[in-house]
Amino acid sequence: MFRITPLPLNPDALRGELLDGRAGGYVSFEGRVRSRNEGREVRALEYEAYHELAEKEGDRILAEARQKFAILSAACVHRVGRLQIGELAVWAGVTAEHRDAAFAACRYIIDEMKARVPIWKKEHYADGGLAWITGGENRTDSERKM
Amino acid sequence: MKRVQVQYFALLREQAGCSEELVETAAPTPGRLYQELGARHGFSLPVDRVKVALNGEIAPWDAPLEDGARLVFIPPFAGG
Repeated sequence: MFRITPLPLNPDALRGELLDGRAGGYVSFEGRVRSRNEGREVRALEYEAYHELAEKEGDRILAEARQKFAILSAACVHRVGRLQIGELAVWAGVTAEHRDAAFAACRYIIDEMKARVPIWKKEHYADGGLAWITGGENRTDSERKM
Repeated sequence: MKRVQVQYFALLREQAGCSEELVETAAPTPGRLYQELGARHGFSLPVDRVKVALNGEIAPWDAPLEDGARLVFIPPFAGG
């Protein structure tokens, strides 16, 4: 299950939805808003998603993970809206009988999610600047346009 | 002329000044429509940095543009 939500993520509740008696291992990734990016002090992040395609593509990634790795279940949730430093932006969780598959599948899901799911983030800087992050160094400064 | 529904996100939404619009166009493909709308709205992203979704799925820029199509121009993204 892949979901986009404006509500705060609760990793304990999300983990509880995945676990069952067969799961010998559980691996999760929690992506949080950090206070610096490329040398600039960040105050907050604003996330925006193209829901229709994001949820379809996210579900495809989870289905691929279940095919590629010997896992029992997988889920990923991404938050949208304005987030403060330290808040959880994305959570991915995987259960498996054994740890190797759980680690590999969790890594696969978060990497593919970043590359393929249409979600944008805008950084709000301590100095008042704003920028849409466009992957790698391809930053597009909104402030330059204004 | 055909009428198509265009939706924008992130940087393109800000540059277009709206999140969606109904557009009348003679453009035969999404690529030509992006150029047309880019000239109108002043998009800073060249077409090779943007993707297009046609009726909910990523499509090639030279796909045929039909009357009633739903398009989303997708600027480079960075979730997580």
